[in-house]
Amino acid sequence: MRGATQARWAACAVAAALAATACGGGGDNGGSGADGIVSSSWGDPQNPLEPANTNEVQGGKVLDMLFRGLVRYDPETGEAENEIAEKIESEDSQNFTVTIKDNWTFSNGEKVTAQSFVDAWNYGAALKNNQKNAYFFQYIDGYDKVHPESGKATADTLSGLKVVNGTTFTVRLSQKFSLWPDTLGYSAFVPLPKVFHTDHEAWLSKPVGNGPYTIDQYAKGSSMNLRRWDGYPGADKAQNGGIDLKVYTDNNTAYTDLTAGNLDLVDDVPASQLKNVEADLGDRYINTPAGIIQTLAFPFYEKAWNTPDAVKVRRGLSMAINREQITGQIFRKTRTPASDWTSPVLGEEGGFKKGLCGPACEYDKAEAKKLIEEGGGIPGGRLTISYNADTGSHKEWVDAVCNSINNVMGDNKACVGGPVGTFADFRSQVSTQKLTGAWRAGWQMDYPLIQNFLQPLYYTNAPSNDGKWSNQKFDDLIDKANAESDKAKAVTTFQDAEKVLVEQMPVIPLWYQNGSAGYSDRVEDVSLNPFSVPVYDRIKVK
Amino acid sequence: MGRYVIRRLLQMIPVFLGTTLLIFLMVNVMGDPVAGLCGDRRCDPATAARLRTEFGLDKPVWQQYLTYMGNIFTGDFGTAFNGQKVTELMATAFPITIRLTIVAIVFEIVIGISLGVVTGLRRGRPVDTVVLILTLVVIAVPTFVTGLLLQLLLGVEWGVIKPSVSSEAPVDELIVPGLVLASVSLAYVTRLTRTSIAENARADYVRTAVAKGLPRRRVVVRHLLRNSLIPVVTFIGTDVGALMGGAIVTERIFNIHGVGYQLYQGILRQNSQTVVGFVTVLVLVFLAANLIVDLLYAVLDPRIRYA
Repeated sequence: MRGATQARWAACAVAAALAATACGGGGDNGGSGADGIVSSSWGDPQNPLEPANTNEVQGGKVLDMLFRGLVRYDPETGEAENEIAEKIESEDSQNFTVTIKDNWTFSNGEKVTAQSFVDAWNYGAALKNNQKNAYFFQYIDGYDKVHPESGKATADTLSGLKVVNGTTFTVRLSQKFSLWPDTLGYSAFVPLPKVFHTDHEAWLSKPVGNGPYTIDQYAKGSSMNLRRWDGYPGADKAQNGGIDLKVYTDNNTAYTDLTAGNLDLVDDVPASQLKNVEADLGDRYINTPAGIIQTLAFPFYEKAWNTPDAVKVRRGLSMAINREQITGQIFRKTRTPASDWTSPVLGEEGGFKKGLCGPACEYDKAEAKKLIEEGGGIPGGRLTISYNADTGSHKEWVDAVCNSINNVMGDNKACVGGPVGTFADFRSQVSTQKLTGAWRAGWQMDYPLIQNFLQPLYYTNAPSNDGKWSNQKFDDLIDKANAESDKAKAVTTFQDAEKVLVEQMPVIPLWYQNGSAGYSDRVEDVSLNPFSVPVYDRIKVK
Repeated sequence: MGRYVIRRLLQMIPVFLGTTLLIFLMVNVMGDPVAGLCGDRRCDPATAARLRTEFGLDKPVWQQYLTYMGNIFTGDFGTAFNGQKVTELMATAFPITIRLTIVAIVFEIVIGISLGVVTGLRRGRPVDTVVLILTLVVIAVPTFVTGLLLQLLLGVEWGVIKPSVSSEAPVDELIVPGLVLASVSLAYVTRLTRTSIAENARADYVRTAVAKGLPRRRVVVRHLLRNSLIPVVTFIGTDVGALMGGAIVTERIFNIHGVGYQLYQGILRQNSQTVVGFVTVLVLVFLAANLIVDLLYAVLDPRIRYA
């Protein structure tokens, strides 16, 4: 493109004769150096931008720039480190004392106090506020009063939260949970300024937080301009002048804009461009593990799937899927074949164990067929894998998985895809137990703990246990692990629980998802954190 | 004339009710939208129940429809799932799409009609053949191909334009998207004008005008073109509605945050309030455009009178 400058001006002159076309193209007027502005792609957040109401990446991006909590996950290792918290102490894994640092303020000057946290958490937990992440507060004592399963709330505030003084508060949990402090890095736990409660509408139209950036301009549905907050007290000050987020309807357009030099950062490289990405961007393309695992789930509320024989069938199906080939050809290595039920971002210490699943997650044509036949064949004679057809290009891989299974079975109709029109409808059918066959399932971690990959998904009647699988041995091991005060021991116990999954194969692990991003030659030091959100504050403009 | 307009306005009422009801039912058939709000996990039942009550989803469909229509007449189009008023979304989306539509219509009128007149008057000559082949090509190629191709050539390869339109979407950035949006209709306009001109060129009144010794320019513009425009005006009039609603593809390619974008997002998120609201307004635009077209007939052709 650099060589084309002259041709561009010639073309501009021609175009100008027709009409006043915006000439320019490449290069932004974002300045350079420490005050340079980075432009980045964005999607319209699905929910209002309240911390306890944001459960997807697009809103999460903004909260990550705008807020800091007690604990922050290291963008590289995912390890939980104290940020605003001075210390979080407990003697019995159930009663915690939180002491915060004294020097933190919100960008409007208000001091961050223990009260800022307690008020924010009470707001997030209360049923009347319709916060979709309210379940994050479920371990705090009194949650069932402010957020009952059905009926009206009988309390306004969590009885487990007590402010001791300006910098200290205590938390009482309803059960033992030794790793609880490590969950506090999630954005639902951030403190909120008083104006959030007193003038909610105004806050929503221009949120105020305590993070390294402040919002300069927010045009709902189309763009948000964030600027560095010079008074930010934390150690992770922004390395650039600000971030301009621009909403793209289609990630292909964002990618085109990046290649034309109109955009600095695209954090979602479209699947159709993956084959060009090396040629277009070279080493300005990032492909790093994210805390997401994709699985195939089964309906245990259907008798046919809830038998000892069906265990063999599921094991066989798992061995019939050629993960290596599918991740290589369809996903172009933006997925890694899964060999356990967690994610590589946890690290060995955090509980990730490559190969924990053993031969049951490896492609073995002969053994697969033998197991499925021993188990009496696929219940109903045919496996249907349901997926939502509107986003995420799930059709390609579901068809590929089915092909793989059909090849093994020597039957062209052993497995078929079952498309559902929209994501909402798909989720509605899954969560109300309407499906009678298998379905695609995905899990994006809330916090980098092995507990988060197991308990919410496979514990009896857990909120996201859509297949209604239940196993006493598994449940007991999870309870035991939660009560374990030594972190290393807790992790091994969680892994013991995971071994129950190997035996029972309630869901088939498919692959770990990576986060992908591309950036322009204007910026450097671009990386993605384990939640596949760009680490905006570290980006430098050349 | 006045009675005719009133009759037409009254006819709009059943059309309006019918279309909104249809859209409302279609969006509802897609299933429960609340389940999609929580990502790949189950919404906690208590919050989901509250959200359903808030959006009125716990009531039977007929009751939802009646409440919705009642609210519309008080100017309340409901709230989208992200907490924004639908009227607020409309206020940002419609001006952009209207600008885009105007650009497209201008292209249709200026280029389409001029080419039509030129080819109509020079039937069988090389100009005519070349334009005919060109229009054939434009009609045959789908809009998204033209759009992506122009975006790649002008935006990336030559750097003449920015590949995407900024969120304010000023007119100069909408020229290329407008051209893409107009391209197919433009070809039709050329062909319609050409046929109509060719047909009327042999009409008696044209021969009379020529015999009177009127200058050729006046014959063509005042007599020939004016009478030939009726089918073209019909087409362009109905096209206004089609362009506004059908800009989804173009708006996606060039990242224009207009009506198409809001509709697309509304459908993906099964947000009936957004979808029904926008479609309702589009239906009104369509009906109004049709009425204006019918009234224009009388202006263009003195032989047509409305009693």
